[in-house]
Amino acid sequence: MKLRNAIQFTAAAFTLTLLALAAPPAISADKVDPVADEKAFKKFFYDKFPKLKPEDFVNGPYSMDADLYKQWQDKEQFPPYEFSLELGKEMFSKPFKNGKTYGDCFPNQGIGIRQDYPYFDEKEGKVITLELALNRCREANGEPAFSYVRDEMAALTAYMAFTSRGKPFNIKVPNDPRALAAYENGKEYFYTRRGQLNFSCATCHVQSPGERVRTEVLAPALGIVNAMPIYRSEWNGMGTTSRRFTTCNSQIRGVPLTPQDDEYRNVEYYLSYVSNGLPISGPGARP
Amino acid sequence: MTNTDNGFSATRRLILQGAGAVALVGLGSSFGNLPFGLTRAFAAANDKYPEEAFKQKSEADAIKSLYGKTAEASDKVKMDAPEIAENGAVVPVSVTTTLADVTSISFLVAENPVALVASYKIPAGTMPNVANRIKMAKTSNVIVVVEAGGKLYSATKEVKVTVGGCGG
Amino acid sequence: MASTIRVRATSSGETTEVQALIQHPMDSGFIKDSKGELIPPHFIQQLTFEYNGKPVFTADWGGGVSKDPYVKFAFKGGKKGDELKVSWVDNKGATDTTTAKIQ
Ligand code: HEC
Repeated sequence: MKLRNAIQFTAAAFTLTLLALAAPPAISADKVDPVADEKAFKKFFYDKFPKLKPEDFVNGPYSMDADLYKQWQDKEQFPPYEFSLELGKEMFSKPFKNGKTYGDCFPNQGIGIRQDYPYFDEKEGKVITLELALNRCREANGEPAFSYVRDEMAALTAYMAFTSRGKPFNIKVPNDPRALAAYENGKEYFYTRRGQLNFSCATCHVQSPGERVRTEVLAPALGIVNAMPIYRSEWNGMGTTSRRFTTCNSQIRGVPLTPQDDEYRNVEYYLSYVSNGLPISGPGARP
Repeated sequence: MTNTDNGFSATRRLILQGAGAVALVGLGSSFGNLPFGLTRAFAAANDKYPEEAFKQKSEADAIKSLYGKTAEASDKVKMDAPEIAENGAVVPVSVTTTLADVTSISFLVAENPVALVASYKIPAGTMPNVANRIKMAKTSNVIVVVEAGGKLYSATKEVKVTVGGCGG
Repeated sequence: MASTIRVRATSSGETTEVQALIQHPMDSGFIKDSKGELIPPHFIQQLTFEYNGKPVFTADWGGGVSKDPYVKFAFKGGKKGDELKVSWVDNKGATDTTTAKIQ
């Protein structure tokens, strides 16, 4: 069954529910086993899209449709995130009032490390995303935190992603019950239905990548965070991972969590982990 | 592919004068206004901006206002535009032509509130190839007009728009 | 202050290919804001590229050109290291100018 044409959410809800029942995704049984998850997850997508190379998945909707792909290639000649990228670079190198810089908060001065985020902080017992680490860096240096959904955060993460372009995601889930719990919580969040439309993240991004929801072509969950942050024409500007997650929750008439809520951090952790080995392609340009 | 250190940004000169100047730049910037004289000086240094043509609603009226004549379809004008625009706000459209003596190339969108989108002057020595990104309010014919040897030639293609692009 | 103009000009020996991206809202005047009020028109009207003091390309734009507009063209000649001057003026009379080295 093909859901080719633009489908209304409500109508889609039923069809997608059927699909979801027909093909349960790579949720393993009781034991938390990230390694097995990653394998099953990738196999699911590689089988579903046998023509795509692993690294194609990081291009979101553009990996799914030839006409879209060409428009993307045209845009990439001089990409719309260019200004954000430059702003990010400028911000990143400018010292705080105390003379320290962002680089001082990160390994390797923050260059080429985006693929290692999010990581599990064993001291704190929680998942630390790049956006969170950036704001903590600001606060530790006496600067106010940035909004997680606005341009400044997008610019900083755009620059950091750019310095990691092509580097494979290298997310680790240490053998620590808290890390495994965080991972499992993120996975659960991803597959749990919610909102008035009773969709899970997976309903759209696992069951239906390549299909159109209303007018948008859905990105596959594999590699779905590799291109963050993104310039979306739909937004007329940049958006962070936080912005993307909250918008997806709103789309199903659900109530988004607060950006960088534990559960969002865990979802990002899960999605990044199962995309291990796929290259960072951010910042991205999107319809 | 993207290179922020391309060396071009080294020269950064911003002419922005006039009363109180300096309202500037950054993302979401607002620009100060130049005094009238300066604006005119700038305009005079270039060819005149075709104000009237950019007021016409229909593509025919816009072409008439711009060139004072009508265009004939020509397969020597090759337009590249998507079948379905990913987003009407940013539709990449380009044109190439094998016609000789091209002096100007214009892009129009029939269903936009203002049909004329862009008009480019092509002096001798400049290739008759242009790529740009345009807005489309809804599904519409996109028309490219090429002025060559004093005559007008055109190509037309329908581009479907599912996400409207900000009313052109 | 950063320029609003980004230019890439590359010479292949015989011709120079030029791409530019400009930071500008390009408000057409037909769009409403979140309060339902029309956003007044604010768009670049003319963009000029000059090489050796002569225009090699001039754009007349309306509000139908995308936000942060992009344009690509090519001209005969142009040597590596030479300068290309790029300027724009918008409907409110604001302008910006930059010079880019041909690569
Ligand atoms: C109703 C379907 C739907 C649901 C449910 C949904 N999304 Fe999305 N998502 C979209 C659409 C539409 C887009 C934009 C087109 C695209 O890139 O897929 C998108 C884009 C994304 C992107 C950016 C992909 C890219 O490459 O640009 C991420 C990341 C994402 N969603 C994460 C999530 C997460 C996490 C959830 C659950 C909290 C979720 N989505 C739930 C529809 C959905």
